[in-house]
Amino acid sequence: MSDAATPRFSDPFFAGARACIPVVISVAAYGVVWGVLARGAGVSLLEVIMMSGLVFAGSAQFVALDLWTTTPATLPIGPLILAALIINLRYLLLTATLRPLFRPGQQVKGALTMFIVSDETWAITLGAMAKGRGTAAFLLGGGVLAYTTWLATAVIGHTLGSAIDDPRSYGLDFAFTATFLVLLLGMWKGKGDVIPWLVAALAAIVTAKMIPGSWYILIGGMVGSLAGAIADKVRHVD
Amino acid sequence: MWTSPEAVIAILGMALVTFVIKAGGLLLANRLPQHGFAAAWLKHIPGAVLASLVAPALVTGSAAEVIAAAVTTLVYVTTRSLFPAMAGGVLAVYLARLWLAA
Repeated sequence: MSDAATPRFSDPFFAGARACIPVVISVAAYGVVWGVLARGAGVSLLEVIMMSGLVFAGSAQFVALDLWTTTPATLPIGPLILAALIINLRYLLLTATLRPLFRPGQQVKGALTMFIVSDETWAITLGAMAKGRGTAAFLLGGGVLAYTTWLATAVIGHTLGSAIDDPRSYGLDFAFTATFLVLLLGMWKGKGDVIPWLVAALAAIVTAKMIPGSWYILIGGMVGSLAGAIADKVRHVD
Repeated sequence: MWTSPEAVIAILGMALVTFVIKAGGLLLANRLPQHGFAAAWLKHIPGAVLASLVAPALVTGSAAEVIAAAVTTLVYVTTRSLFPAMAGGVLAVYLARLWLAA
């Protein structure tokens, strides 16, 4: 019965969109880069629209490009889905914190709204919730802005990518590694990240040498994150 | 080429698992661990996956890739933004390859 929060849908919707403009600029930058790299990886324009429009998860989409193959027969369908599952598992924790936005009777509406949640808009909405301004409409406003931006910039990037014939001759093959490196550096939260990142790196290097294919990504990710959790536990117990 | 059945299946599969996780977090909110081992494990997954992607590329590459990674890191730490860091890395790898080939 909180009338103050539901007088009009459009007010908090546009407030959410406005509050998310700074992070959406960063979403746009990643969208263009993803589109360019997607073209380089052999993803068609239709597939770019489907992936950005239906999956809508940045990190998972970047990792998917690393696994993608140009010939459909060799496309690793299982590893692609498994990689998306593992990389997106963290969303369990993110969307759980949005529960207060929905009343007990709004489970279906809430679950459907979660499609539009991304790391960026989640962070802004959580900040607004702390100030009492966060509502479902606020989340949706930021989400719709981020979603349309991500989709549009991916298409722009894919179109721009056609101007580049041989990426390696310009050093553009390194754009992949550079982007992953920047994504990684952006996740730095403090010394607690040293152990999981180092263990993941070592496990991935060893696995890449021993097992063909892209298993090193998943194995490194699982071993490293477990090492991080164990290190956290040890530090808290002491 | 527009697309292939394999690509459509892969993309729909990725979309489905992503949506199930996002919706699952909200629906299971009261039963999920917010602290402790499982929560810490989930929290560390994205960083560990990205570290796994970067490390083999740097080890198997030439000195050019290592130099470019250092430049990328330096530019990102200074500017905190993606474009200059990526452009710096790409330019560095281009120049370092020319220099190493000379």
